[in-house]
Amino acid sequence: MTELLTRPASDSAAAARPPRPGLAARLAARTRSGAVQAVLLIAAALWLMPTVGLLVTSLRPKEDSAASGWWTALARPATLTLDNYTALLGGGEVLGAFWNTVLISVPATALTVALAALAGYAFAWLDFPGRDWLFLVVVCLLVVPVQIGLIPVARLLGAVGLFGTVPGVVLFHVAYGLPFAVFLLRNQFLEIPQELLEAARIDGCGEWTIFRRLALPLAVPALASLAIFQFLWVWNDMLVALVFAGSGSQPLTVLLQSQMRQFGSNLDVLAPGAFLSLLVPVAVFFSCQRYFVQGAMAGSVK
Amino acid sequence: MRTPTRPRSSGAALRRRGLALVFLLPALALLGALVLYPIGWSVVRSLFDASGSGFVGLGNYRAAFADDATLTALRNSAIWVAVAPALVTGLGLVFAVLTEKVRWGTAFKLLVFMPMAISFLAAGITFRLVYEQDPQRGVLNAAAVAVHDTFDPDPSYPGARPRPGGPATAPDGSVRTAATGPGTAVTVPLVGIKPATLPAAARPAAAPAASAADGGVHGTVYLDVTPGGGTPGAIDPGERGLPGITVRLLDDGRAVATTTTAADGSFRFPGRTSGTVDLPAANFAAPYRGIAWLGPGLVTPAVIGAYVWIWAGFAMVVIAGGLANLPRETLEAARMDGAGEWQIFRRITVPQLAPVLGVVLVTMVINVMKIFDLVFVIAPGPVQQDAGVLALRLWLVSFGGGNDQGLGSALGVLLLLLVVPAMVLNIRRFRRSTR
Repeated sequence: MTELLTRPASDSAAAARPPRPGLAARLAARTRSGAVQAVLLIAAALWLMPTVGLLVTSLRPKEDSAASGWWTALARPATLTLDNYTALLGGGEVLGAFWNTVLISVPATALTVALAALAGYAFAWLDFPGRDWLFLVVVCLLVVPVQIGLIPVARLLGAVGLFGTVPGVVLFHVAYGLPFAVFLLRNQFLEIPQELLEAARIDGCGEWTIFRRLALPLAVPALASLAIFQFLWVWNDMLVALVFAGSGSQPLTVLLQSQMRQFGSNLDVLAPGAFLSLLVPVAVFFSCQRYFVQGAMAGSVK
Repeated sequence: MRTPTRPRSSGAALRRRGLALVFLLPALALLGALVLYPIGWSVVRSLFDASGSGFVGLGNYRAAFADDATLTALRNSAIWVAVAPALVTGLGLVFAVLTEKVRWGTAFKLLVFMPMAISFLAAGITFRLVYEQDPQRGVLNAAAVAVHDTFDPDPSYPGARPRPGGPATAPDGSVRTAATGPGTAVTVPLVGIKPATLPAAARPAAAPAASAADGGVHGTVYLDVTPGGGTPGAIDPGERGLPGITVRLLDDGRAVATTTTAADGSFRFPGRTSGTVDLPAANFAAPYRGIAWLGPGLVTPAVIGAYVWIWAGFAMVVIAGGLANLPRETLEAARMDGAGEWQIFRRITVPQLAPVLGVVLVTMVINVMKIFDLVFVIAPGPVQQDAGVLALRLWLVSFGGGNDQGLGSALGVLLLLLVVPAMVLNIRRFRRSTR
């Protein structure tokens, strides 16, 4: 072994290399790295397993799911079928709920980002009396739980006829998404060098132009992170929709939740439904993971 | 056309002020109407009764602390706050440090971070499948049963019992024969199970030889059931032995030897010439069926497990970000000085990461206080009260059947009071950063 490792130093480059650590040290390092790999592999398997279970269950006939565990189907892939999905999408209810989810998530995201960008810019670069105090209020609202708004906002929306409608749900999401959004974007706009802004002002650009042409383009990464987070937050919400959405405006989460009571016998609806509902966020996650990570870092105050 | 440069006039400043109002108005109007006003409304409403007409002062708060379900919810919320954030942060830290050491760290991070994109509802359905009680269907109990059976592999014969007139059943459930003399053959006829449920390895039982060559106690345990007849108490053709049964030889009530029956149900104690043959009760116990994850006792830890699955990735990514920003010099210096990895982790990495860990922990505490969906989805109806948390209780009281908006508002105010420390912390942090 040692002869193999210490070849005659015929070429000078090899001889110039620093001495390699001893065999024992290398063995210890190798073992440690092996242990780390093993731990992470087990963790990865644990993290993957629930989702795989859901996917496989969604592809099995109800009778199979009632009789045996999903892992038995891995040995017999021929028993898997898309029937649950075709049945689910054939009935209009799920498609309607899916469409409602889109109708709620997209405007709620766009509105939150737009309103927060305006307010964030004002807090960052427009002087007005009481600015700092007002922003402090926004900081306070960062942690307010949505639960406190459920009853009073339900009454408010009822009074203006928006209770049980898509716009009602959207308004609630926008309001409770705003504190974080304003906070994030105001901090982002403050990053713009003051000289740049002053130069634009001296050049005679109006504030609206500066906002549109200078501030917004420079804040694109933050805007993207915010949009992704808000979108996922609204897409995945159940509580708000449970209270504010009517039967015609209920999103996927609420529709599926109503099936939970008979969990076992509704598995052919619940498993594919849940998988459909997580398909969109996971796709967003994988295509925008860079912004997602940035958003997570910024979001650790909410 | 460019206007000539001009010093800022008060007119421009005034215009900006007006513009600020326009920029702020939509956001502030929404915040005021849908967030600030509801807080005030809830505080006032919490002082009135269910119908909203009678003033009850702090009565709703008193009722909240007197109500069993709400107390359970408060206790569970406390458990959540004490356990979940620490678990999430700890796991996140371990993952963040370990992923730095492997080449596929990024892939691992992506995988563990992914559940954050999934709704609590989808995660809840996923974990209902994981926690399914029946080991035939729930993967966790299937694993639990597999592990249990590895350490305790005896196939048991639940419900099997001696044929009346045969060996006696002791008070502890074990089957015991009369004391045997030197070299005696013992037959143990059992009934009470279906021949179809026998393991495939079971062979036809053989009548034991009248006496063994070495005079040891020996015999056969068999299923004394022949479809359509047979002689009770005797080994008929076609009757099979019961393999894998633990047999002990007792002397004065003390076990002196233990063996397991062969495929044809036979057993022998070489060299032991006398004693009482005893089949311990474990042979006939009901098989191990796993753990009732979603039973009243374990439902909260089970839901916390699902929560950790969702949020550990968030903690990992934020901590990994902090880790990347740490100065490398101290680490290298410690390595040069021969510090072990564990020492480096404890003495250098963790203290340097303390601010990031604090932020993650606080974020998780705030998040955990509002937990609702996951409990609502995972806890099955009958144990929902045992699993209840504050936010779930609030929903149940005000919308899910309770219809008591007074009590619901009081719970909402309580929830708000609980996050006030976090609010103060945020303000402090904000003040420090602007100074």
